[in-house]
Amino acid sequence: MADTTKNSALYVRSEMAPDMPPPVRTQGVVGWLRANMFSSVGNSILSLLSIYVIYLAATGIYNFTIVNAIWQGDGGAVCRVENVGACWPYVGNRLTFFIYGFYPDTEYWRPNLAFAIGGILLFLLATPQIPGKIIWGVLFLVVYPVITFFLVHGGGFTGLEAVPTEKWGGLMLTLVVAVTGIVASFPIGVVLALGRRSKMPLVRSVCVVFIELWRGVPLITVLFMASVMLPLFLPEGTNFDKLVRALVGVTLFTAAYTAEVVRGGLQAIPKGQFEAADALGLNYFQATMLITLPQALKIVIPGIVNNSISLFKDTTLVSIVGLVDLLGAVRAGTATGTWSAPTIPVTGYLFAATIFWVFSFAMSRYSQYMERRLDTGHKS
Amino acid sequence: MQKKLLLAALAATFGMSATASYAASHGAGTLQAVMDKGFVQCGVTGGVRGFSAPDENNNWTGLEVDFCRALAAAIFDDADAVRYTPLTSTERFAALSSGEIDVLSRTTTWTMTRDTSLGINFVGVMFYDGQGFMVRKSDGITSALELGGASVCIEAGTTTELNAADYFSSNNIDVNTVVFEEQDEVLKAYEDGRCDVYTTDSSALAAERLNLEDPDAHLILPQIISKEPLGPSVRQGDDGWFNLNRWVYFLLLNAEELGVTQANVDDMLASDNPAIKRLLGVEGTYGELIGVSNDWGYRIIKALGNYGEMYERHVGPNTEIGIERGVNALWTDGGIQYGPPVR
Repeated sequence: MADTTKNSALYVRSEMAPDMPPPVRTQGVVGWLRANMFSSVGNSILSLLSIYVIYLAATGIYNFTIVNAIWQGDGGAVCRVENVGACWPYVGNRLTFFIYGFYPDTEYWRPNLAFAIGGILLFLLATPQIPGKIIWGVLFLVVYPVITFFLVHGGGFTGLEAVPTEKWGGLMLTLVVAVTGIVASFPIGVVLALGRRSKMPLVRSVCVVFIELWRGVPLITVLFMASVMLPLFLPEGTNFDKLVRALVGVTLFTAAYTAEVVRGGLQAIPKGQFEAADALGLNYFQATMLITLPQALKIVIPGIVNNSISLFKDTTLVSIVGLVDLLGAVRAGTATGTWSAPTIPVTGYLFAATIFWVFSFAMSRYSQYMERRLDTGHKS
Repeated sequence: MQKKLLLAALAATFGMSATASYAASHGAGTLQAVMDKGFVQCGVTGGVRGFSAPDENNNWTGLEVDFCRALAAAIFDDADAVRYTPLTSTERFAALSSGEIDVLSRTTTWTMTRDTSLGINFVGVMFYDGQGFMVRKSDGITSALELGGASVCIEAGTTTELNAADYFSSNNIDVNTVVFEEQDEVLKAYEDGRCDVYTTDSSALAAERLNLEDPDAHLILPQIISKEPLGPSVRQGDDGWFNLNRWVYFLLLNAEELGVTQANVDDMLASDNPAIKRLLGVEGTYGELIGVSNDWGYRIIKALGNYGEMYERHVGPNTEIGIERGVNALWTDGGIQYGPPVR
């Protein structure tokens, strides 16, 4: 019987035939190219065109920034040659101005120290593996700004030479504006978002009016108001620091946007969550802090980071109210000493663009990392 | 206060300059206020070569910066007792009216409207600017009157265009004008040889020239065809402060006229010339008249030199920007800079 079975099954394969390799046309580089770039005549043309454009741009940038660039030399005169590329000695020579502005050079250690403390605290706060987040949070958000102010500004009881804010500039000023704007606007924004959803008419209308008012005007107008109109409204003799005025403007402006982002997050939370919180007997404060806000904030991470990046770049607008930020410093640097040659302005802008890109890209990557990490699989 | 606020608010609402209504209220006492705080707050540009720009050591430098430094030297005997506020052209007058700055020294053209309706007073003219012409040296042109038949690159819709048209028609010179939308395009077109002449304000010409591949191959012609007097200004209604500013400016001119320089000022203290004695405070009490120490003249010249030295240091032919003295020379040298006597 066993034999019969064996014989009768002769025409049946007892095992799967080995897989044939897929056709060459559908795998490897060739397959990828066919599938993604040359799947039809139209796509092929578009692909070739794109490759050509990328090639042109890449070689252009490569030639300008590396091949034809000037790397060594003192003074703009070295960059006065035919077909010259970027003039890097300009960036090298003016680097301290781009970073510190008019800050006195003997005191550079103060902003440096502030940068370092900020960097370390941010690292401690942003790396999930390190415990004690509340301590680092308080240190970074509350203590650090105070320390930084006294360290960088000096004067008074600190015994350090006072450096008025008119002397702050460059990247330092950009970071001061951006970090203050991002950090200070966040709590205000959250409060505004909660206020807008409040059941109390007065609170709600105040928040709505505030948000719509600030969202309704461009940042440039806010800055102009703060720097041109505000001094005229104030009683004579009261002069707010120009930087403070810009900071307040930027912060309130960003807060209005953050509020709307956070409100979006609050609305995305299922109603059951609120009801569950109520059923547990939690009061408003507990329900908000323990149930709704943590969920809402997690949802709006991309939105908040988006806001932060856009604010970081918007800080360049402060140069139109006469603050010498990174972009302003790059611009003013072309009026210095011998530093004038055909490509020097472009070189400066390239440098500024690179710095902005590095910061923005880092923020973007970190937010994606946090999103993955905090993902609890509740995405609907 | 109520009324003032209302006024300012109204003015703002209608988009007018609120500065005029407010300026009058900032009355006397700027000098006292400056002495109390210990520095002069000076409004400057965000970086204009030769006038106010950062130097290689990240300090403010320039012809107009030196005016503020001279003020500080006269008041405090310390030319560094100045704080600078970089201002854009939109906010400069508001900054002055609101008292944020004590003196505005920011490439500002003295015009009748500004002098009368903005609540400010112009102190003097640190630099007589005006529209000029740049040509290639290889063309062999040395005067604007030789420009017949040339093509001229101009930015569209500016007074530059009108000035040039007026000048050429009044001198019966026939030129072809090539008009561009943007300043950068004009320079590019001139560099590429699409036109023989590039015209705009002469200080801007001098700065733009440096962005050409070989600046020495180009020449700025001596003719100036429009009036752009650039000078410092102060708030209206504080005559004491205005007088001090004005006489600091005149002192710089007088010192050059009398040959008093930074190098020889100490020797000049012993000079027999009564005019020099008065200038340096050896004789007379002229400093008291403007509320500062009697050796104010000595202090300024010792710290910064006279007007001619400032000019040579920041915008003169030996600097990068290299603008000839031209009309900015003293009246004794064929220019129009003239300081009334210290007497």
